[in-house]
Amino acid sequence: MNAIIITALWGVIMMFGGVFFKKSTTPKFWAIAGIIIVLLANLFEFFGHPFFNVDTKGMLKFDSFGLHFNTIAFICTLLFFLLNGKDFEKIGMHVSEYFALMFFVLCGLSILSSFNTLLLLFLGIEILSIPLYILTGSDKRNLKGNEAALKYLLMGAFSTGILLMGIALIYGGNTLGSFYIDAINLGTGNLPVLIAGGLVLILVGISFKVSAAPFHFWAPDVYDGAPAVVSSFMMTIVKIAAFVAFFRLFQTSFGAMQHQWQMLIVVITAATLLIGNITAVFQKSVKRMLAYSSISHAGFMMFTLFALNDTAKEGLLLYAAAYSIATIGIFAVIIKMSDYSIEGFNGLGKKQPLLALTAVIFLLSLTGIPLTAGFTAKFYVLMAAVKDGHQLWLVVLAVICAAIGAVYYFKVIQAIYFKDPVPGVNDEINVSSSFKFLLVVTAALIILLGFLPGLLIDWIYY
Amino acid sequence: MEIKWYIFLSLTLFCIGIIGALTRRNSIIVFMCIELMLNSVNLMLVAFSKMHMAGANILSYSMASSAQIFVFFIMIVAAAEVSVGLAIIVLLYRNTRSIDINFLNRLKN
Repeated sequence: MNAIIITALWGVIMMFGGVFFKKSTTPKFWAIAGIIIVLLANLFEFFGHPFFNVDTKGMLKFDSFGLHFNTIAFICTLLFFLLNGKDFEKIGMHVSEYFALMFFVLCGLSILSSFNTLLLLFLGIEILSIPLYILTGSDKRNLKGNEAALKYLLMGAFSTGILLMGIALIYGGNTLGSFYIDAINLGTGNLPVLIAGGLVLILVGISFKVSAAPFHFWAPDVYDGAPAVVSSFMMTIVKIAAFVAFFRLFQTSFGAMQHQWQMLIVVITAATLLIGNITAVFQKSVKRMLAYSSISHAGFMMFTLFALNDTAKEGLLLYAAAYSIATIGIFAVIIKMSDYSIEGFNGLGKKQPLLALTAVIFLLSLTGIPLTAGFTAKFYVLMAAVKDGHQLWLVVLAVICAAIGAVYYFKVIQAIYFKDPVPGVNDEINVSSSFKFLLVVTAALIILLGFLPGLLIDWIYY
Repeated sequence: MEIKWYIFLSLTLFCIGIIGALTRRNSIIVFMCIELMLNSVNLMLVAFSKMHMAGANILSYSMASSAQIFVFFIMIVAAAEVSVGLAIIVLLYRNTRSIDINFLNRLKN
């Protein structure tokens, strides 16, 4: 409850603060202060000291999994604000409002990690999405940004409609007439027609939200068209929040009859992995390539919905952390450049050795090279699928796709170290020493999680 | 009336909404089709709520009415979505003097 209330309040404070802040750097410090307060409040609740005792009639349920996920998401947001806080000034004049919208997104995120009824699932998803529509179009003069915002809005509203129809069918199908996700649980019996229909519609709705194939087509355009700062936020924190929400829903409501609908997830996972990885190979812009690679990472995270066991739970949190930190890091480097093409990275190793080294660590982690967090995370999600024991060919496919992934990530690494700089492209990259320090901290976090995933996972069972 | 007629009606409205949203090119009409989808869900929820109430015992009576509250939430969220959506459409119109969504194809290059 702490996180939900304080993020909403801080969003309002930031929104009205926009009137009073004189200097353009002030909102950044307020936002960083806010996220630290939210993080601490969430930790207090995690260790058993909630500040607010609101009777939600069981509509929200705060367990260690959800609260731990909140902590991970807030730490990632803190890193994101620290690394990219300055770059919000590039989007437009209303910096304080962009931060306010991000706090509202975080409010949606904390609802999604603790909901217990379908009503709050729906509200959480909408609170998460609506501020993002605005953020995507926040660069008002940029035509590409406008179009991305319209596309995101139409696709988002469309998928919400489908999701809602699924919820209505499930409500009609269960004899209790309840929206509580634990009351929907039917045990191991056969799926009734209405509930099966609702399940399929909800699955389609999710696939839109997390950009899983065959409903991924909006993702590359939106992530590419949105301002780079915003797409970094959308690809990481928003996506993992949607995954945690649906993991919660499927595990509680439909976990017992998992094998009746597992085939659907198998098809979606296989399609997402193949489409995401193969299309990414042919991209020329690094930003667009990362958009496709985020689709392929969604494919890996789908494995947790496929397996739905305890290892999947651990894997989901680890993958969320590893993927978010690495993507936020690589985007922090990209944002400092003016040219996003792969040629723009040529010779970065000579121009900015430290930036280049950290970028390589982030890319290696996204590929899944051992000793980085990306490898451990991939290992956990695939181990969950192996433990489940069904459809082992899917695991083989995932490993092949990870190898395809190495092709396009290594293209960038090759450009950084083995090619001569193109004159006139990205000549001036100005970074402060505090930014460099933060990048090193981010890279260190990735290596640390690669060695000791237990540091993160053990807290689930606190 | 039997519940199945309500289900047929709202599913028909829902399908009209989906087909409209996927085939029309004018972004305002696409938006109206999405609203139609949301409202068909409202109809379905209210119908199911009545169905649950007819067969309900005292215990689940209040639960059965929760769908009617859900409908209000859908209306509010739809209103919020429309206000953001129309703002974005106006933004696009200012820059391109058109609200045709075929402009979106430009992003692919």
